[in-house]
Amino acid sequence: MPTFVHVEKCDGCRALAQPACMYICPNDLMSLDVSIGKGFNQEPDLCWECYSCVKTCPQGAIEMRGYADVMPMGSRVTPLRGTDSIMWAIQYRNGEIKRFKYPIRTTAWGSIDSTLGEPDPPEAGLRTQELIGEPKYLHIDALPTVNA
Amino acid sequence: MPFEPAVETVECDVLVVGGGMAGCGAAFEAANWARGRGLRVVLVEKAAIERSGAVAMGLSAINMYMGMQWGENTPEDFVRYVRQDLMGLSREDLVYDLARHVDSSVHMFEEWGLPIFKNEDGHYKREGRWQIMIHGESYKPIVAEAAKNALGEGNLYERVFVAHPLLDADDPTRIAGVVGFSVRDYKVIVFKAKAVISAGGGATGVYRPRAQGEGLGRIWYAPWNTGSAYAMQIRAGAKMTQMEHRLVVARFKDGYGPVGMWFLLFKSQLKNSLGQIAEEYRTHELEEWAPYGTAKPVPTPLRNHLMLNEIKEGLGPHYLRTDEALQRMFMEVQNDAKKIAEIESDAWEDFLDMTMSQAHIWASQNIDPAKTPSELILTEPYLMGSHASATGAWCSGPEDVAPDGYHWGYNRMTTVKGLFAAGDACGASAHKFSSGSYTEGRLAGKAAVQYVLDNNDVRIDQGAADDTIRALYKPFNTYGEHQHETSRSDLNAHYILPKMALHRIQKIMDEYAAGPGNYYMTNGPTLERGLELMQYFREDCEHLAARDLHDLLRCWEVWDRVDSAEACLRHMLFREETRWPGYYYRGDFPKLDEQNWKVFVNSRRDPKSGEWELEKVPFATKIT
Repeated sequence: MPTFVHVEKCDGCRALAQPACMYICPNDLMSLDVSIGKGFNQEPDLCWECYSCVKTCPQGAIEMRGYADVMPMGSRVTPLRGTDSIMWAIQYRNGEIKRFKYPIRTTAWGSIDSTLGEPDPPEAGLRTQELIGEPKYLHIDALPTVNA
Repeated sequence: MPFEPAVETVECDVLVVGGGMAGCGAAFEAANWARGRGLRVVLVEKAAIERSGAVAMGLSAINMYMGMQWGENTPEDFVRYVRQDLMGLSREDLVYDLARHVDSSVHMFEEWGLPIFKNEDGHYKREGRWQIMIHGESYKPIVAEAAKNALGEGNLYERVFVAHPLLDADDPTRIAGVVGFSVRDYKVIVFKAKAVISAGGGATGVYRPRAQGEGLGRIWYAPWNTGSAYAMQIRAGAKMTQMEHRLVVARFKDGYGPVGMWFLLFKSQLKNSLGQIAEEYRTHELEEWAPYGTAKPVPTPLRNHLMLNEIKEGLGPHYLRTDEALQRMFMEVQNDAKKIAEIESDAWEDFLDMTMSQAHIWASQNIDPAKTPSELILTEPYLMGSHASATGAWCSGPEDVAPDGYHWGYNRMTTVKGLFAAGDACGASAHKFSSGSYTEGRLAGKAAVQYVLDNNDVRIDQGAADDTIRALYKPFNTYGEHQHETSRSDLNAHYILPKMALHRIQKIMDEYAAGPGNYYMTNGPTLERGLELMQYFREDCEHLAARDLHDLLRCWEVWDRVDSAEACLRHMLFREETRWPGYYYRGDFPKLDEQNWKVFVNSRRDPKSGEWELEKVPFATKIT
C-alpha cells in the first residue's frame, strides 16, 4: 500500500532543511516536487508500507492506499504517534471502525546514556569475552563458556 | 565531457557500514571501547538510522532471548534448537556466542525505554520458548538513539551508499576502507579505515515477488536490503558460506504479516481446504528427512515442504484458523468483554507494530480474525543470515568456543584482514533475529577496536580508489551520452534503467534458481543455464543508466544483487544434495546426504580475475 500525499495538507516542510518524509524514508522514495512545493512518492512500487513517513509527517498529509494490484479499495489504516504511545484507527471497507492504543517508549526521548554510566573501559578488558556492561547487564554472575 | 562528482575523504579507525540492528550494536560497542583511546568510530548508512534496516517499521517480538536470569534456557539449549531447525548445519560456536551475550542487549533495550510485556511474576511474557513480546513500534528509533549518542557529533554519515571496498595498497588481503556516494548531493566519499564492519542487511528482490505491479515492494523482508553487505564482502575477496541456504517462510498471504504469535501463543492451526493438518497426517513425508524430520520441533523448511506438497496436490488454499483460536480463547475467559478486548488488542498489535499492510488487508477484505480465517502462503526466497537461514561471510569465532580452524585472531572477522561481519552479513549462524544481530554487531565492534590497536598501519590503493570513483558515476554518463537518441528516455538500445534490470534478475532467479514459479525446484543443468544468463546480465549491467541520484542508488543496488545472486547460484550448483526441502530442491539430487554433505559450502571470488572457487569445509563443534 504505497504512500500518497494530500496536496491540500502538505506544505513541503518549508521550515525544515528537507521534508520530514524525505529525511526518514528507508528506501529513498519520498521526494519534493519543487515545482509545486509538495512531497511525493517517486517509486510507489518499491514502498514497503513501513509508515515511517506517515508517522513523522508534521501535517498529517501522508496516507496509505492499498496496492492497486493486490487489495480491494476503501479501507484506511491511520496512526497518530505521540511521545509515549501510538493510536491506530482501522477503517474497514464496510465502514466498521476499530481503534487501538499501544505504548511505544517508557523513558524520555533523548535520555539514553550510551556509556551505561561506566568509566572508560580498561585495555585489559579487550582481551576478555565480556562486552560493555557485562556481566552486570546479563543479570547472572558470570558470562557462560563451554569450558566452565 | 564525463560528469565528475566532488570527492570528500573521511578518515577513521573503525567504520561501520550499515545502520540497522547489527550496525547500531557495532557502533555502540566500538564507540564504548574506543573511549579514552583517541580512536574514531564512524557509521555510514544509505538511509536515516532512526528508521533504517529491517526493523525500521518496528517489531512485535524479540525472537532471541534466553532468560538466563530466571533459568529459562541455557546457550547450549539454544544451540541444540538451532541445530535441529537448520537441519544439522550451523557454526555452533557463533550461535553459542550470541546466545550467551544476547540477554545483556535486551536488558539494555529495556533500560533505554523499550516496553516489554511482563507476566505477574515480573518475568518477560513469552510468545514461545525463545520469543518475548514487546511494544516495539519504536524499537529502532530507541536503538538508533543509543548508537547516535555513542558515536557523537560528526561521526554519522546518512544518505551515503557504500558501493565498493578498498584494499590495502601493500597487502591485498587486508581492507583499507570503502567508497560510497551521497544520495542527496553529487559527491563521492572515500572512507579510509583501519577496520570495517560489514553490517548491511541480506538480499531481497533477488527473486521475483508474487505481486509484480504496484505491490512489487510488498515482500516479507525489507526491500531496501539489497545484498550490499554480501557484494562488498565478495568484492573484497572474503570467503562466503552457505549462500545456497536461502530463506522461504509461510506467512499471511499478500501482506506477509507475522505468524509466530498465532502459532506459538494463540495455538492456531494451519489447515488445508479439507480441514486437515499436514503435520498430523503427512508424518511419513517427514520420516524421509530423518534424523531432522523425525525430531521436534519440525524444522522450518520441512514445514514448508509439507505445505508445498499439499499445494501441488491441489489442497489449497491454506487457512490459519484464527477464528477457531480466538473463539477458544474467548471461551477460556468466559467471554469477559474486557478480556476479549485485550486479546483482540494483542492480536492487532502483532501486525500494527511490524506489518501494517497485513492489518490493512484485513480491513480491505472485511476480515474479523475472530470470525474469518486468513490465508497463508510461501514467500519468494531471500538471502539472509539472521532468520531460519544462514547466508553470509565465513567468520572467525570466539576463542574459547571455536573448534580448531574456526578462529583466526579476532571474533567475527572475515577471511579479509580487518573486515568484520555482523547480522545478516555473518553466515552460518541463523536465528539471531533483531537482538542477536545487535549482539553480533557488539561482538564485531569490540573485536574491531582490538584489531585497530594491534594493526595500526594501513594505506589505501589510491589508483583503485580513483578507478572506483569513475565507475560509480558511469550510469550518469551512459544516460547523458545516449538519452536524446530516441523519442522515449526509458527505451534505448544503449542502456537499461535500473527497474528493468531488477525485473531481469528476478526473472532469471525465479526460473533457474528454484523460485516459487517452479515450486522451488531446480537441478544442475538448470542452474548452469541460469549462470549463462546471469553472465549476459552481468555484462549488460555495464550499460545501466541513471537519470538522477535516486536512479544511481538503484543501479548500484542491482549490482549488489548480481553478486549476491551469482554466489547463490554457484553454491546451489556445488551442493549435490537436497538438504532443506521447502527452501529448494535439487531434482538431480533429491535426498539428504549426511555422509557426503554435512559440510559447509564456502566460496571465494578472486577480486582480480573474477574466478570463483568453491570448497567443502568440515562441520565441527564443541557443544554436545
